[in-house]
Amino acid sequence: MSNPQHLQYTKEHEWLTAAEDGVSTVGITKHAADALGDIVYVQLPEVGDDVTAGETCGELESTKSVSDLYSPVTGKVVEVNQDVLDDNSLVNSAPFEAGWLFKVQVESTDELLSADEYDALTNPQG
Amino acid sequence: MSSLRLTALDALHRALGATMTDFAGWDMPLRYGSEREEHLAVRTQAGLFDLSHMGEITVTGPQAGEMLDHALVGFVSALGVLRARYTMICAEDGGILDDLIVYRLREDAFLVVANASNAQRVLDELIARAKGFDAVVTDDRDTYALVAVQGPESTAILAKTTEADLPGLKYYAILPAQVAGRDVLLARTGYTGEDGFEIFCNPGDAEAVWQALTAAGEGHGLVPCGLSCRDTLRLEAGMPLYGHELSTDLTPFDAGLGRVVRFDKTTNEGAFVGRKALEKAAAEAEANPPRVLVGLVSEGKRVPRAEYTVVSADGAPIGRITSGAPSPTLGQPIAMAYVDAAHAAPGTTVAVDVRGKHEPVQVVALPFYKRAR
Repeated sequence: MSNPQHLQYTKEHEWLTAAEDGVSTVGITKHAADALGDIVYVQLPEVGDDVTAGETCGELESTKSVSDLYSPVTGKVVEVNQDVLDDNSLVNSAPFEAGWLFKVQVESTDELLSADEYDALTNPQG
Repeated sequence: MSSLRLTALDALHRALGATMTDFAGWDMPLRYGSEREEHLAVRTQAGLFDLSHMGEITVTGPQAGEMLDHALVGFVSALGVLRARYTMICAEDGGILDDLIVYRLREDAFLVVANASNAQRVLDELIARAKGFDAVVTDDRDTYALVAVQGPESTAILAKTTEADLPGLKYYAILPAQVAGRDVLLARTGYTGEDGFEIFCNPGDAEAVWQALTAAGEGHGLVPCGLSCRDTLRLEAGMPLYGHELSTDLTPFDAGLGRVVRFDKTTNEGAFVGRKALEKAAAEAEANPPRVLVGLVSEGKRVPRAEYTVVSADGAPIGRITSGAPSPTLGQPIAMAYVDAAHAAPGTTVAVDVRGKHEPVQVVALPFYKRAR
């Protein structure tokens, strides 16, 4: 499967790394990037912003549609990916790597999915 | 299970890895890879499209031309044999039921191509409007598959698959021909703003035609293209799309397309369905211009999308967006919108309410893109 085993996922198609020193990295999955198509505009929270699990914290705009970005965690944003703001296509080309979106000092998380659970959600036929 | 209709090329699309989408009840390719790359291929080289969802209706008989003059707003009987015309079918009240391409195949035979979403309505209307005329309306939606090759390389590509006289085939003309050894109707029409061809063929021949064009396109940059780039291509070319720029709520005059209404028809004593309402609409458009269809270009990155409100510099609502997308050719967001005539002059700065934020945009003349000839 294309979804890395070491990440956790949301039903809204975000991924989240395990926290290192309390900080997790957030992005959207390849499944979501593929569904959106070519992304042409990315709005991210700013460093210092408080984000809340399950609430919108940004926007991804593709050729055909606009999607809200939901935060999978509650916490404070400590870094945003300037490379993605400069080159939106990184979200399409490397959603799990160079296309990460922001890092957050985690206070709490919503219920998250394992890679296997997310695979089952996005590819029910297996 | 899905009840979507599948085109004759369905298996091919899946083999090519297309992302499919429900479009007017058809399962159609949205894109094969990046819609931006497909768009740019059509602008610079060539793209191959499956348009089998379009609705073909044939009208034959001694009075086929007169019947269409009665049923449509165009002067169809004046069309030369093997020529084509862009026209519309309107309701009695002048509202647009669909926009159409009509091809004259013979003196007594016309091929009407309707939008997939309106094909049944157009068919029903034409059958009803044929009453009293010596003309027969035939539902040919299952008779034809439709493949299009569009872009500056399309002539060179198509020439490898056909003996037809392509240089002699004018824009908006059609020719019975053979492509890949199959009998087809070959039309120099399209919906991309580029030179190109639309090939009406038997559904059983569609795969052979597609494969022959794919092979011929090697070295010419031909790529398969989906509906997503078709939409951005037509938007850049300023071409209206039914359900966006055109609807039953608008007359052709409201849509800035009054030129398609031919009050000068000499058949049926000049009478046609909707004439009375359209004369009124024409007079109103002259005296008191309604909202005007304009182009908008944004310096920002947020895209004005259909149904967003257009506002004046001081924030008053002055119109609405009908279509909007990031333009791959211009590298910035573009949109079409109906705005109050007072704000419609090219160069006017207005704004679009993009989810609560007013993004400045500039009014420009349509089309956004015109190919060099």
